[in-house]
Amino acid sequence: MTDMSIGRAVKRTEDLRFITGKGHYLDDFSRPHQTYAAFVRSPHAHAEIKKINKTKALKVPGVVAVLTGDELAADKIGTLICGWVIKGKDGSPHKAPPHPALATKKVRYVGDHVAVVIGETLDAAKDGAEAVEVEYRTLPAAVDTASAHKPGQPQLHAEAPNNLCYDWEIGDRAKVDAAFSGAAHAVKLQFVNNRLVPNAIEPRAALADYDTGSGEFTLYTTSQNPHVARLVLSAFIGIAPEHKLRVIAPDVGGGFGSKIFIYAEETVALWAARKIGRPVKWTAERSESFVSDAHGRDHVTTAELATDKDGKFLAMRVNTVANLGAYLSTFASAVPTYLYATLLAGQYKTPLIYCDVQGVFTNTTPVDAYRGAGRPEATYVVERLVEEMAAKLKIAPDELRRRNFVQANEFPYTTPVIHQYDCGDFQRAQREALRVADVAGFAQRKADAKKRGKLRGLGYSSYIEACGIAPSAAVGSLGGGVGLWESATIRFNPTGNVSIHVGTHSHGQSHQTTFAQVVADRLGVPFESVEIVEGDTARTPFGMGTYGSRSAAVGLSAVSKAADKIVEKGKKIAGHLLEAAPQDIEFRDGKFRVMGTDKEVGIAQVAFAAYVPHNYPKDLEPGFEETAFYDPLNFSFPAGTHVAEVEIDPETGTTEIVNYSAVDDFGTIINPMIVEGQVHGGIVQGVGQALLEGAVYDADGQLASGSYMDYTMPRADNVPSFKVETIVVPSPLNPLGVKGCGEAGAIAAPAAVMNAVHDALRAVGVDKVEMPATPHRVWSAIRNAKKKAAK
Amino acid sequence: MIEVELAVNGERETVSVDATQTLLDVLRTKLGLTGTKIGCNQGVCGSCTVLIDGKPARSCLVLAAGCRGRAITTIEGVGTADAPSPVQQAFIEAGAVQCGYCTPGMVLAAEALLRKTKRPSVPEIREALSGNLCRCSGYTKIVDAVKLASERAAP
Repeated sequence: MTDMSIGRAVKRTEDLRFITGKGHYLDDFSRPHQTYAAFVRSPHAHAEIKKINKTKALKVPGVVAVLTGDELAADKIGTLICGWVIKGKDGSPHKAPPHPALATKKVRYVGDHVAVVIGETLDAAKDGAEAVEVEYRTLPAAVDTASAHKPGQPQLHAEAPNNLCYDWEIGDRAKVDAAFSGAAHAVKLQFVNNRLVPNAIEPRAALADYDTGSGEFTLYTTSQNPHVARLVLSAFIGIAPEHKLRVIAPDVGGGFGSKIFIYAEETVALWAARKIGRPVKWTAERSESFVSDAHGRDHVTTAELATDKDGKFLAMRVNTVANLGAYLSTFASAVPTYLYATLLAGQYKTPLIYCDVQGVFTNTTPVDAYRGAGRPEATYVVERLVEEMAAKLKIAPDELRRRNFVQANEFPYTTPVIHQYDCGDFQRAQREALRVADVAGFAQRKADAKKRGKLRGLGYSSYIEACGIAPSAAVGSLGGGVGLWESATIRFNPTGNVSIHVGTHSHGQSHQTTFAQVVADRLGVPFESVEIVEGDTARTPFGMGTYGSRSAAVGLSAVSKAADKIVEKGKKIAGHLLEAAPQDIEFRDGKFRVMGTDKEVGIAQVAFAAYVPHNYPKDLEPGFEETAFYDPLNFSFPAGTHVAEVEIDPETGTTEIVNYSAVDDFGTIINPMIVEGQVHGGIVQGVGQALLEGAVYDADGQLASGSYMDYTMPRADNVPSFKVETIVVPSPLNPLGVKGCGEAGAIAAPAAVMNAVHDALRAVGVDKVEMPATPHRVWSAIRNAKKKAAK
Repeated sequence: MIEVELAVNGERETVSVDATQTLLDVLRTKLGLTGTKIGCNQGVCGSCTVLIDGKPARSCLVLAAGCRGRAITTIEGVGTADAPSPVQQAFIEAGAVQCGYCTPGMVLAAEALLRKTKRPSVPEIREALSGNLCRCSGYTKIVDAVKLASERAAP
């Protein structure tokens, strides 16, 4: 083991370029003779486009072209797609109305794309966009999630009556109903899972180039998955055959899901680049990001939990209306179904679960995967129910959880909602969390707070998530249109250094460091001699990209398999060089050795022999490069317990998180420093959801929270520090035993914080506060409870 | 267009700018200093933070034409890969960087703080960084980095 091995807090090799301003993000790129794109966007949530008049715009100095949806359609550019088909209760596929990259007849949300203006300069393009005259006939808008599919609402799409995309279910309704009618206790909650704006600090951007000589397109774009972008843009949207389109995603400034999807802007930029014969560059302004990056969450849920007299869970019944926005984004349909309801068992042995979900269209920005994607929503359902049940039964919430946890000796454990958990130790994570959070001292802290006039509350979140998405056959059987394997090429160069080409993409996840740690460890080469190549379809094998905490569990498994192949080939070469049979060669610490002897040869020397094969096995190909594809056997299941402790000032309604502790099981840890950073970031996004953030639409469908002035982002002075620890139960199902850590914080934190808020407010008679629990909401809830008590 | 002499990272450069052109735009497009990032162009996210006469400023809200005679420091002027500044070094050691996009602004906000306050408390650090948004880190390790840099500079 070296200081760079798996498990060590190796400092990031990415950082020198980032701390010195030498990162290469999309807007830092330019192409010779490039033009700039500005989009004309709908100011209305719902309207017919009566007429688009380009005349004035074309007269603006520096305007090169003004292009509309009719021209896009005439050029046979396809509509944007959703790659996952959900089948409803009656077996029918979901409704996927056309989603044109530039609207033709109707606009369906504020920010919807109406036309694009190409200018010699950005200012010319923007002035041109201002000058495009669009005549609209405004229509009433359907905005509210809960009522969008009810009778009498404005209709978005002729293809989707009652704005219903699907009415989907999982589980046996009759059995669940029967369990409820025989249950000793039940609780029922209704709540909103608030809509969030992802807000990667780097705005989305695209730079499209068309080479008239070769007929090849190059797209530089802010993507978490450049190969998926290429596939969709070629196979479905029809920009170019796949081999004529190269997609490059350089340094990307955060994604959180919002840069998975294939959007109108890159589609239009590619098409326009060919049309005008010049490169086209577009970078979102922040106000565009707010209205056009796919949003997250936005559920309205009714959830019930039934127990026997001892608090043993009998059944769970959940109904959710999920707002999908105006059109189906790339993976939108799967998020509130297979990424959500399949996690409703949580860490518990609830034997019967039923959930049905109505996915609805509204005149709002499309909603898709955002950090956690369905699993934060599921955790919120489960953990709020458990906490309320504990209060009702007057059982300590940690005790009620223990009574229902899947036990460490019960894995693999199959839930009633599809998943088979491979391994875990929920009790241990909880036990450690209780210690880290000093739960034993809470009663005293609460009493002390009371003396100061403050309300203290403690909240748990014992979450589980499904990561490492996903076995391709399973995805296919549930309606997914893609395989979700990963790939890696390990290329030894003749001089002995190593290039690793992978299909994942790092936009904050630190692959350049962690992947190199794994390769250095497995192949015994110096950490510094390993280079990670990502983010360019021309330089990497096909891969599905980075999201769903999959890069370690799936991507590194592919790297690991490729390393096995390297070792296997190396043994043949080494055997030849050492005059021994390959089966007598062992590989350790970068050296091939004849077993039981001191005859050995280093891997760099073997690599050299493979490229200069003067003395080489006759029947062996030269070269020292291996590619592996890895399709996971199962999802991986990170889990843990987070404990939030809050203090509320009843006079102002402000909530302060005074302690936050997390104990997570991510399986094998490759780099603890990086894992901590991932957990911290996730927790703050979860805290943001619980206390600060919320996308607010008015009744007309205008996004009221459309800027950083109106949408409250967590800042350094409004979030706490954390106590973060891990336990390690390695996954038996992948070579490294890893599970994934990128989303855990965002999944666990909203429930932990809100359980703490409810715990604190129970003392003053408040039974419900919605997220975000802003000071105004908390203060109002306290005041209303007082009024009610006085009556 | 207005001719303006700018002193950026100790070098004097004369550039011609539009009267309405921001310092951010001039740095990125005329001087090739792309380390300064655009996050919101509204003065709220801090990604475009530079130092003007040693004080942190949002270059998206500053007109370039108004910067004549003022000393501007961008991330490129703080340190290099071979010789990072103590703050930059601390960012690496504390694991304070993830996607890296907010990092230049954060580093400059931290530099400004430590020039003013040698040993800031954690709440002072958090306040000094509160104008800079980071969506990745949860801020903890950035705060750790600034603390580490301050402890080294003023032991």
